[in-house]
Amino acid sequence: MSCALLLLLTSLALAMGTGTAVEIQRPRGVPQSKRQFYEENKPFTCLDGSSTIPFDRVNDDYCDCKDGSDEPGTAACPNGSFHCTNAGFRPAFIPSSRINDGICDCCDTTDEYNSGATCQNTCREMGRKERESLQIMAEITKEGFLLKQQLIHEAKRGQEDKRGKLTELKGSKKGLEGKVEALRTVKETAEDPEKEAKERHLKSWEEQKELIRMEKDKTRMAEAFLELDDDADGYVSVAELQSHLELDPDSDGSLTETETQGLLGGEGKVDTSTFETVWSGIKDKYLSEGLLDPPAPVETPQEEESRDFVSDHDSDHYPEDYAGEEEDVEDDDEEDDDHDEEEEEKVPPTVQTPEKREDDELSMPPYDTETQSLIDAAQKARDDFDEAERALREVDDQMKNLEKEIGFDFGPSAEFAYLYSQCYELSTSEYIYRLCPFNRVSQKPKFGGSETNLGLWGQWAGPEENLYSVMKYDHGQGCWQGPNRSTTVKLTCGKETVVTSTSEPSRCEYLMEFTTPAVCQEPASLDEVLHGHTEL
Amino acid sequence: MAAFIVRMGPLLVLWLAVFLSGTWAVDRGNFKTCDQSAFCKRQRALKPGQSPYRALLETLELTNTKLTLQLINDNNKVRLLLELYRLQGNMTRVKINELKPLKPRFEVPDVLINDPPTEPLSLLSQDENGVVLSLGADSQWLIVSAKPFRLDIMEGREVLLSLNSRGLLAFEHLRIRKDTQVDPEGAEKKEETDAANELAEGETAKEDGMWEETFKSHTDNKPNGPSSISLDFSLPGVEHVYGIPEHADSLKLKTTDGGDPYRLFNLDVFQYELFNPMALYGAIPVMLSHSAQRTMGIFWLNAAETWVDISSNTAGKTVFGQMLDYVQGSSETPQTDVRWISESGIIDVFIMLGPTPTDVFSQYASLTGTQAFPPLSALAYHQCRWNYNDQEDVAAVDKGFDEHDIPYDFIWLDIEHTDGKRYFTWDPHKFPQPKDMLQGLMDKRRKMVTIVDPHIKVDSSYKIHNEIRSKGFYVKNKDGGDYEGWCWPGNSGYPDFTNPEMRAWWASMFAYDQYEGSMENMYTWNDMNEPSVFNGPEVTMHKDALHGNWENRDLHNLYGLYVQMATAEGLIERSGGVERPFVLTRAFFAGSQRYGAVWTGDNTAEWEHLKISIPMCLSLGLVGVSFCGADVGGFFKSPSTELLVRWYQTGAYQPFFRAHAHLDTPRREPWLFGPENTALIREAVRQRYALLPYWYQLFYHAHHSGQPVMRPLWVEYPQDTATFSMDDQFLLGRDLLVHPVTEEGGRGVTAYLPGKGEVWFDVHTFQKHNGAQNLYIPVTISSIPVFQRGGSIIPRKARVRRSSSCMEHDPYTLFVALSPKRFAQGELYIDDGHTFNFDKQKQFIHRRLSFANKALSSRNLAPGSQFITPSWIEKIVILGASKPSKATLKTPDGKENLLEFEFDASMSVLTLRKPGVNAGVDWTVVLQ
Repeated sequence: MSCALLLLLTSLALAMGTGTAVEIQRPRGVPQSKRQFYEENKPFTCLDGSSTIPFDRVNDDYCDCKDGSDEPGTAACPNGSFHCTNAGFRPAFIPSSRINDGICDCCDTTDEYNSGATCQNTCREMGRKERESLQIMAEITKEGFLLKQQLIHEAKRGQEDKRGKLTELKGSKKGLEGKVEALRTVKETAEDPEKEAKERHLKSWEEQKELIRMEKDKTRMAEAFLELDDDADGYVSVAELQSHLELDPDSDGSLTETETQGLLGGEGKVDTSTFETVWSGIKDKYLSEGLLDPPAPVETPQEEESRDFVSDHDSDHYPEDYAGEEEDVEDDDEEDDDHDEEEEEKVPPTVQTPEKREDDELSMPPYDTETQSLIDAAQKARDDFDEAERALREVDDQMKNLEKEIGFDFGPSAEFAYLYSQCYELSTSEYIYRLCPFNRVSQKPKFGGSETNLGLWGQWAGPEENLYSVMKYDHGQGCWQGPNRSTTVKLTCGKETVVTSTSEPSRCEYLMEFTTPAVCQEPASLDEVLHGHTEL
Repeated sequence: MAAFIVRMGPLLVLWLAVFLSGTWAVDRGNFKTCDQSAFCKRQRALKPGQSPYRALLETLELTNTKLTLQLINDNNKVRLLLELYRLQGNMTRVKINELKPLKPRFEVPDVLINDPPTEPLSLLSQDENGVVLSLGADSQWLIVSAKPFRLDIMEGREVLLSLNSRGLLAFEHLRIRKDTQVDPEGAEKKEETDAANELAEGETAKEDGMWEETFKSHTDNKPNGPSSISLDFSLPGVEHVYGIPEHADSLKLKTTDGGDPYRLFNLDVFQYELFNPMALYGAIPVMLSHSAQRTMGIFWLNAAETWVDISSNTAGKTVFGQMLDYVQGSSETPQTDVRWISESGIIDVFIMLGPTPTDVFSQYASLTGTQAFPPLSALAYHQCRWNYNDQEDVAAVDKGFDEHDIPYDFIWLDIEHTDGKRYFTWDPHKFPQPKDMLQGLMDKRRKMVTIVDPHIKVDSSYKIHNEIRSKGFYVKNKDGGDYEGWCWPGNSGYPDFTNPEMRAWWASMFAYDQYEGSMENMYTWNDMNEPSVFNGPEVTMHKDALHGNWENRDLHNLYGLYVQMATAEGLIERSGGVERPFVLTRAFFAGSQRYGAVWTGDNTAEWEHLKISIPMCLSLGLVGVSFCGADVGGFFKSPSTELLVRWYQTGAYQPFFRAHAHLDTPRREPWLFGPENTALIREAVRQRYALLPYWYQLFYHAHHSGQPVMRPLWVEYPQDTATFSMDDQFLLGRDLLVHPVTEEGGRGVTAYLPGKGEVWFDVHTFQKHNGAQNLYIPVTISSIPVFQRGGSIIPRKARVRRSSSCMEHDPYTLFVALSPKRFAQGELYIDDGHTFNFDKQKQFIHRRLSFANKALSSRNLAPGSQFITPSWIEKIVILGASKPSKATLKTPDGKENLLEFEFDASMSVLTLRKPGVNAGVDWTVVLQ
């Protein structure tokens, strides 16, 4: 059986100022505030009124009251609670189940009076530490709150500046819009004559080109005739033409006599003038004998090569799509895309036809001065217009950004505005974490590797009474078989703006602690703080 | 934890790509069907019929301990040797081996706790057709028929069980490979002839896979060739068979006609599916048969890959068909036929003849030992997650339990706590001061479990690896080099746990000076010990890997048992033999119960998985493994809040009570789902803690006599056929019936309360209900339907504290539930909760509590024992009582004290106030 059960706690209360000791007796585990309900030698009525028992059943290690109130100092009641005075520190209630469980819960050791546990009274020490830390906190709060006022002031001014800027921009936007419209008219007016002059020039060039082409064709025909007329008898014969396998109409690899004769318009041989009609039939296929050792078709092997490369590249990269660190996947994909583009550029262009080359050789003659001056005028009008339009776009962008910034919820007094477009980093053993408030949170491995998006600005997410104590960033990079990464940022009062810790309590759900003066509350007076927590 | 995913080195990615290609379900293609397992296919192709085996009666020899007899296969003239033993405790052992095998065939060591003691057999009669032997006193006979060979065990005129009655005995004798690479065609023909003699005809050797077999990309070299064995058993009068875990299936085994047989082959199955015969992490080749007349067991002692076919002559019939048979009286006797097929080894089978369920449990316990008696705290609540990230996380979770006033005893660390998956080490950044962490837990009287898996990172800067390699302790591949495979750390070696020297060395690694950072409140978890080999065939070890002279093929299913055995031994040794170990294992075999707890592996956060936890643990309990549990909440995926609450409520009433979660799931500590759900979970956990004295007593019995802790109803109501297939409710011991709510949105459950003329009391309301009825119980989210049997006395500790150790000296409340005849009986077992002193020095209290003739008394059940407890009797609650005029407590010193009491007439509950007597002494309370 366990212990003597009606131990009365003698607690010394020092009457403040006088130093006289007054003895107050109350049953073990009863707080001062409820002492009057436990009157010795009078029947005890359970605090819920459910029943009345003799006083010797208070703290007799058997639970008689449904609310546990008869056993404030024993573990008998499942729903009871024990009061530790903790002189020198803060008084506390602990669940009855922690009485005599061998673990020191009350700093004044009163919970372990019969368990054999050796507990040290640590109340004085804890009280001292708490006062110290409260003092430090109070100082921080005080300074932080001052800083916050400054922040609010700056934010207000900043906000005003921005609104002013916005109004200004609105004004200049209107001007710019007018300018753009005016310049558009100028541009269009200048472009019509330019277009006409250019077309004229082009048309005459086309005509000229046609002449040159015919000339060239004639020359080629004459050359061909000479080339073909092996015996120089002034005729091209079937035999002479037959060596040109490329002319084979059915492309079966042999140019028969009949086929050749067909090419020669049914004749056995043709002279220069008849050759003109023959030429028009064969010139597209005809290869000059100088080129007749036909070059191997360049395209095929190259095509294969490039295909091979691409497939190699695929298999090389295949595993990375499944790489363990799934964070990398997205980046890898991006890299892959880049590679692909590069590869495409590297693939040699398909071989151009000779005609095309010829065309390239013939370049258009410069415009005449009249046309050129029309073009110059139009170009200037275009440039002016573009510039005006760009200026308008810039103003638009600026306005949008300003409107966005003005529209952000930077707290009740815009005290968080100073965080906008800033970033704060914390370096851990493995990663560098980066918090850019109102924008994003990211993580980058210290020793190489790409950055992972841990979430984009979502919303303020504190409890109703303290909405601005928590920021939520979500829709970060996806997790394997899991949700998108997200980060909760807890804000606490501090003089400086720093990320103090990060953790990943649940997979892909990050937690960041962040100090900022912007959440510092107006401090109560220090005396109040210390006093409110100490019962002597 | 476990199951492979993510965070592996890039070299594993291709494998992962294949592996992860499926959705949320097992990838069946990774695991063999019978058709894909060459020996199973060969054996299953053999149909029932005339057996080619004949007993050579002239070779019969009968000694004091056994009968031996040669069998001949008339097709190929190969001779077998049959040994028959009558074992003490109503068991028969049948051993069949080749008479002259080319080389020895594997016989399973270390599973039987001793050479089972025999009883003499006597020859009753003999003629040219066979012999009749007497099996001891109970008018039991064993008839050996000569041609074809067959064994029948009879009691009186009734056949209890027959062997080879369907002619499916098949013994592939060891042979020299006749083919050569030069002349494969000719060789095939020869093989064909040979094969045809034994098994199915018309298949080529190649198809038979006798000398080589390829599954997916893995080729199994079979230098020893075919070696499989098979035997059939007929069970007349039996319609219900149970056991052969581990399968995610109903308690009552199903017939396997038209599907695959139940498979026993320890495998790491990723996201296993429910209700199918696929192999899982553990294998216990023990089947129980039950009918209203008799319970029996078949223990097939073979550690190779094994398949079990079950067929029944009544299974196909509708209820109406059965009724018709019954009415017309024309029915054939119901019968279940069972066939066992193993890849190698010998036939060594123990027939446990019952006749009661209790007898079968004792019989099996006499062969393989009983449940390890766990430290009391291991029966309390365990908080696990893959992973608690670092020391701060552990401290925060520990604090969370105190802040929310939820008790827990163990917090667990999964693989991420190690330095790069090197077991026996700590991640230097996350767990720089493990002893500080453990001391912090010890200050709260709590404990920790760290994971130690058997795969060892191949890394020349890792001490454990270097020692194993230098001592030659690794499993070898077929070419004699160290076998290596992929697992969590990447390339890994697998210590040969079948080697006793290796086990001794492994055990020594748990010494406090070897396992740095360990302390006495740190225990161990063996995961992945099938063994799991990510890039191996079927995610396990190659069958041609070598453990000394034996192939993994021969002993595969034993590996996990040995890992846990060596680990438990290590924990015992580190305390100088004083402290009881606690080791959790995922893989297991017959006999694993001696070493600790098992859990049902990587389940899923789905309602069906919550439901299946009941039959899975019931099946394990029937074959010796009482300390069973499922991951509370489900390992894969994230449970709904309702599912999580219901799982806590169910888990609180299952033997091993541990919450666990996959790395990729959101956190789910009990307080993360709002105050209401926190309160619901707190209440479930508190019910567990209050009931710990009863749990502990049940485990003492499991340890003492092999009786399961968690029982199907038919075990206690063997004649009540309504209970035979029940697996949505269960008994804890004899006295508590639990029907957890496992339906989403459940508004009520229908519990079957067994026992004609008995009564049951709702443990929460004390409402009395009659037995032999289906009782509809409306439920709310807080309901956990639990009933105490009228006639029982259950001790509880009502003062639930933050850990079980904190409750050690607390007083007891006795709940006396009276039977209609106003009688009740129960026990109280107390010891120090953690040492072997209960066994070695008989330091325990074991008392019989009985209520009869209006008097409740406590008497010593173990006069040779002694133990002093400060615990006392705080309260006695008598259910179904009438109001006495006075209650007197009599103590041995002759004193008599009047006790105050309260009587609740509406529920007939009498509460005796504060007897105050010490729990270890004799006392009597007399009601007048």
